[in-house]
Amino acid sequence: MNTATATRYAVKYQAIASALPGQTLPWLQTLRAEALMAFSESGFPSPREEEWRYTNVSAIEKKLFSPSISLPAGSIDAQWLKSYQLQDAWVLVLVNGHFSAELSVLDDLPEAVSVMSMAEALAKQPDQVQKHLGLATAQSEHGFVAFNTAWFTDGLFVHVPAKQVLDRPIQLLHIVTDADIMSTTRNIIIVDEMAEAKVIEIFIGVYSATSSEIVADNAYLTAAVTEVYVGQNADLTLYKMQSESEKAYHFGGSYIKQARDARFTHHNFAFGGLLARSDIHADLDHASECELNGLYLGSKRQHIDNHTRINHLKPYAVSREVYKGVLDDRARGVFQGRVIVAIDAQQTDSQMNNRNLLLSDDAEADTKPQLEIYADDVKCGHGVTVGQLDEKSIFYLQSRGIDEETARNMLTFAFANEMVDKIKIKGLHDMVLEQVLTRFPQEGVNKEWL
Amino acid sequence: MLSIKDLTVNVNDKQILKGINLEIKPGEIHAIMGPNGSGKSTLSHVLSGKAGYTVTGGSATYQGKDLLEMSPEIRAREGVFLAFQYPVEIPGVSNIYLLKAALNSIRKHNDQPEVDAMDFLTLVKEKVCLLEMDEKFLYRAVNEGFSGGEKKRNEILQMAILEPKLCIMDETDSGLDIDALKIVAEGVNSLRSAERSFVMVTHYQRLLDYIKPDFVHVLAQGRIVKSGGPELALELEEKGYGWVEDNQAAA
Ligand SMILES: Nc1ncnc2c1ncn2[C@@H]1O[C@H](COP(=O)(O)OP(=O)(O)OP(=O)(O)O)[C@@H](O)[C@H]1O
Ligand SMILES: [Mg+2]
Repeated sequence: MNTATATRYAVKYQAIASALPGQTLPWLQTLRAEALMAFSESGFPSPREEEWRYTNVSAIEKKLFSPSISLPAGSIDAQWLKSYQLQDAWVLVLVNGHFSAELSVLDDLPEAVSVMSMAEALAKQPDQVQKHLGLATAQSEHGFVAFNTAWFTDGLFVHVPAKQVLDRPIQLLHIVTDADIMSTTRNIIIVDEMAEAKVIEIFIGVYSATSSEIVADNAYLTAAVTEVYVGQNADLTLYKMQSESEKAYHFGGSYIKQARDARFTHHNFAFGGLLARSDIHADLDHASECELNGLYLGSKRQHIDNHTRINHLKPYAVSREVYKGVLDDRARGVFQGRVIVAIDAQQTDSQMNNRNLLLSDDAEADTKPQLEIYADDVKCGHGVTVGQLDEKSIFYLQSRGIDEETARNMLTFAFANEMVDKIKIKGLHDMVLEQVLTRFPQEGVNKEWL
Repeated sequence: MLSIKDLTVNVNDKQILKGINLEIKPGEIHAIMGPNGSGKSTLSHVLSGKAGYTVTGGSATYQGKDLLEMSPEIRAREGVFLAFQYPVEIPGVSNIYLLKAALNSIRKHNDQPEVDAMDFLTLVKEKVCLLEMDEKFLYRAVNEGFSGGEKKRNEILQMAILEPKLCIMDETDSGLDIDALKIVAEGVNSLRSAERSFVMVTHYQRLLDYIKPDFVHVLAQGRIVKSGGPELALELEEKGYGWVEDNQAAA
């Protein structure tokens, strides 16, 4: 590890420590101090670590990103924001890692339901936060979690009490407005027994108030950590779309603890960033159900890594996982999917699938399913493919008058769209589809095809 | 319409078609029968431009043009249609979109404007009705999860909408029960005209009870070993392919 980097960050930390939320809470001060220490020792993860072997983050180490101490001045174009803000949702907006009350929409929350910024939660419900912060993941996981724990400036706190079924989704919108900054946010989502909720997390690239558009060529760092607690027989769907700017670095980790019979579904759309890594790690209890879906699109020199870990700890749990990647130019996609079936987890039913389409000779997909099975009566399967489009399908379309290039585009788009179609919230579906269309490696893609 | 002369075709350096000669005039229906592996699908594929076949000799002239020079999509736009023996499933692309894109590609090729949305819907619904299909099939992904019979019907639906000039049907009748066969035959018969020709590959005389061919050819081991009228199909059904092959050997 580059200790020089850690030292440089440690110095910066002293400068803004007092501005971080919850600094009057001794337990949090201790936690942050420990995290900072852990980060100073480990630094960012190295490719020598098994779970980081395909992803080298030294480019992040070489830069020194600065935390934003407060909400930036200057307004955000409301029109622009609208294209990312869902209607009929509770929306919490974080700009450079700081809560913007002005841009957020948190009216009409049902009584006893908490949807607020992490800073507010630390002030109003410190005990709840203390109980859950660092429980679903620990700084020992890797350097990014430690980094996040030491630095987080704000985030989203959600608590849905037992039996409460939310009729609207909760949307968390991350916006970064400046180059070279780091946005370090921490979320906690608690869904109690029998409750149901949908939470959407969206990361969008640098927004420039002057030019009213996304400035694609600014580098910044997102390091977001979400801890999720799904109670007994509760149901949570989490959507994530990262459409960061072209030169951004993104780390986003979701760490989920599912209770008995709890259902958790994750949809992961990874489109942006020069280097982007997602962790989705879930611990399953007795008869929990866990579904992980993912779509990554890479072009130019993008490196997009998705790391999933499903821990079957108890019997009868079911996990289903499908990740798809489309990679063009010199882009590299990484999929590491670990499924661990503990000795007690008999009758586990687990399926994992990763499919990649390579559109150029220089694109690369590294796919590594890892099944570690310690129980003896289980049903576990996995399949991976890395390949080109099916020639038979191309010919079929051509034989109907479609030119070859369009046929290829249609098939590629249809391949990716299968994951978009799993989104059951209309507004979000359309938003993600728009992003797929603008981010698609190939020109001339048309949503009428679907 | 189509003139095939001494056509020889290799697949992976193995000769599959060993000199095919076939003259098809506008309005004619030609049935091609023959044992498994004799090259029927190979001939259909070569005519529609599938990759992986090497033409080593001979020619295929379609409406005065060199067919073998054209890309598959140009052949389609020029009016050649292949109803596949094994239609391909295309997950994620809707049936109705493919129909529209196909129709517009042909119209554009012929310097016609894009089809009007309402006219298109009317046309499609009419043909869906003709083939006694459920309209729901239109909004499903192309052939995805269709039964064998449904896929074959979908091929004929496309054919009915695109109104090609040369219809090549590769075993469209295989896997159809008698009711479905009658419906498909009716669809095909409704397309018959003095300008439109058909090449029907089949194993079964039964299809020819419903669509009466002008000529029947027997393809065996890459060659047309016998040609005749509809009565040849009956004779074949009775005596089997061995009979023509034996005759061929004797000659
Ligand atoms: N891609 C290929 N590679 C090698 N051999 C092939 C290939 N495609 C076809 N063949 C061979 O060419 C011959 C003719 O095949 P073709 O599919 O044209 O037969 P067919 O007459 O349509 O048979 P069927 O009645 O079973 O549909 C067969 O021996 C087949 O094995
Ligand atoms: Mg065949």
